[in-house]
Amino acid sequence: MSSLSIRNLHVRIGEKEILRGLNLEVPKGEVHAIMGPNGSGKSTLSKAIAGHPDYTMTCGEVLLDGESVLGLDPDVRARKGLFLAFQYPMEIPGVSNANFLRAAVQARLPEGEELEATEFYARMYEKMDLLEMPRAFTARSVNEGFSGGEKKRNEILQMAMLEPRYAVLDETDSGLDIDALKVVSNGVNTLRGPGMGILLITHYQRLLDYIVPDYVHVMVGGRIVQSGGKGLALELEEKGYDFIKEGLPEEQSVA
Amino acid sequence: MTTATLESDPAGKAVGNQQPLLLEAGAVTTSSTPAFREEQAAAWGRFKEVPMPVRTDERWRFANLKAIQLDAYRAPAPVDAELARTLLDRSREMEAVAGRLVFANDQLLAHEPVSEALRAKGVLWLPLERAVAEHPELMARHFMREGAVLGSQKFAELHRARVRAGSVLYVPRGVEVELPFEAHHWLCGEAGSAFPHTLIIAEERSRVTLVDVLRSAGEDAGMVCGVNDLWLGAGAQVTYVSVQDWSRRVAGWQVNATVVGRDARATALALQLGGAHVRSENVSRLRGQGGRSDMLAICVADGSQEFDQRTLQVHEVEHTSSDLLFKNALDDKARTIFAGLIRVDSGAHKTDAYQKVRNLLLSDEAEANSAPGLEIEADDVRCTHGATTGQIEAEELFYLLSRGIPLRQAQRLIVNGFLHEVIERLGAPCIGEKLADRVQAKFEAERR
Repeated sequence: MSSLSIRNLHVRIGEKEILRGLNLEVPKGEVHAIMGPNGSGKSTLSKAIAGHPDYTMTCGEVLLDGESVLGLDPDVRARKGLFLAFQYPMEIPGVSNANFLRAAVQARLPEGEELEATEFYARMYEKMDLLEMPRAFTARSVNEGFSGGEKKRNEILQMAMLEPRYAVLDETDSGLDIDALKVVSNGVNTLRGPGMGILLITHYQRLLDYIVPDYVHVMVGGRIVQSGGKGLALELEEKGYDFIKEGLPEEQSVA
Repeated sequence: MTTATLESDPAGKAVGNQQPLLLEAGAVTTSSTPAFREEQAAAWGRFKEVPMPVRTDERWRFANLKAIQLDAYRAPAPVDAELARTLLDRSREMEAVAGRLVFANDQLLAHEPVSEALRAKGVLWLPLERAVAEHPELMARHFMREGAVLGSQKFAELHRARVRAGSVLYVPRGVEVELPFEAHHWLCGEAGSAFPHTLIIAEERSRVTLVDVLRSAGEDAGMVCGVNDLWLGAGAQVTYVSVQDWSRRVAGWQVNATVVGRDARATALALQLGGAHVRSENVSRLRGQGGRSDMLAICVADGSQEFDQRTLQVHEVEHTSSDLLFKNALDDKARTIFAGLIRVDSGAHKTDAYQKVRNLLLSDEAEANSAPGLEIEADDVRCTHGATTGQIEAEELFYLLSRGIPLRQAQRLIVNGFLHEVIERLGAPCIGEKLADRVQAKFEAERR
């Protein structure tokens, strides 16, 4: 039961159904990649798992080590060990990165227990070094004025500090140059291990050169339509998404 | 808390109740000099004559006139020794200060004078009554010389008639004081009143900081009517911070005037946390070329609190600048009013004047009224003004929630972030930290 398990998931935004019976199992300790063309519902999946209020689950289940997260508020899901690295991390003016992280770490402590500041900073600096982030980042407002690469590094820093059981990385490679991609990938590779299941969502195969997945799934029209080893990603890269779409019934191929 | 002795007196003889009603009390008769006593008596006469504000007066638009019920209050009551001790213990804001004054119900509890070195340089840090007695000429030149032009003339006269407590800070030419000064004004006892005064006179090229802390000792109802005047000579730099944290049953009126001389720089920040109904009027007069005034304010309003803020930036001469930034965070059924005017007099060319008001609504029932305004009679000026009202961005909130931060705390973080810009503009990190702590304390006190 140690897995992030998604069963027959249907999700809509407003009246529009985006996910249409999605099944996926990410066991703890494994890295799975979801690839798919624009509009296939990849980002919807990540937001729905995290509990974004605009995304309504109409059917199906999302289980965290066997426990349903359905109906739980996003902060509760996060404290149960779920993490979402955003494709477009939000800027929070006036709130320093350090205070933001402290609040997030503090929220995971038992009631009445105070975060030990020295320990917290030591751990944060250690993780920042891993991601080649200068110390000055701690005092800057969350993501405000950050470059694309800095924002993504900041997401991985949060992931490193919060130590989730399952992490969903939504297009973490988008907007990164090759150097930043290496740094971010290195961070993720350091974090991967038997205690964490990772779901990588990406449009391009490039990221998978740096974070090598155990499995690759292809998503089209709100469903997983094909799964395989990492070779599948290379095949997609070579042939494009059309070769997958061609093999599907008409109704599914339109995103 | 010692205040309980005031609140729970079984015979109903709480100290406050033995005082005459404020409206029957007349002017203060214990003034330090006959001349000042005469002035106070005259002011009482004017207070009686000036009519109560009316809604048709543009300066009282949106205002809650029902909140003005002066007949309920009594003249300031004396404070017993035990309460005085408790309050003194609580009267420390900054770690190190250049001087401190503590008043409770307008009674002087403590006066920590300036160091010998500052005294030798001519710095004066005196309770108002002593300043009146010992420095009559200085007081004649500066005491309440700027009339209340934004509607509170009646309250200014009342203040003048009743004022006893206050700080007078005089910094001579070229003297720079590193540490801040600090004054505390406590309000205690049911139906009490207080009339705190602050007068800063900063001569040429001097530099000084003063923090006023206005608080209630308990949960009693009461009223406070204060006046602050800041005078900046050429090249002077004055930072003035006021922290207001009265009980939720206090009505307050504050009339502030700042006169900025040539190349001088005034920075004032008001943090409004407490009170049931608080009106503050702020006027900055840019009177010398190169002068600059930064007007900053933060209101954290919840419950049924009302904060009514009126401002005026007057550019009297050319090459002056003013920059106003007011931020209000409103929860529950709280209400704020902002009405501000930038006035550029004829001939005041090359004026830079800005006015920005931002309201953050945390509840559908909160109400923020904003009326920014411009009146320009000069050419070649740069003026912008604007008021915005918004709610917490849903996506920002989701981002914080997705990190496991609970809703209430996520909202507070965002509100703190929203207010941070104002605190940062003060440019005094030590004081800024205290202000942030006080905002936090208000958040933590609510909904217990």
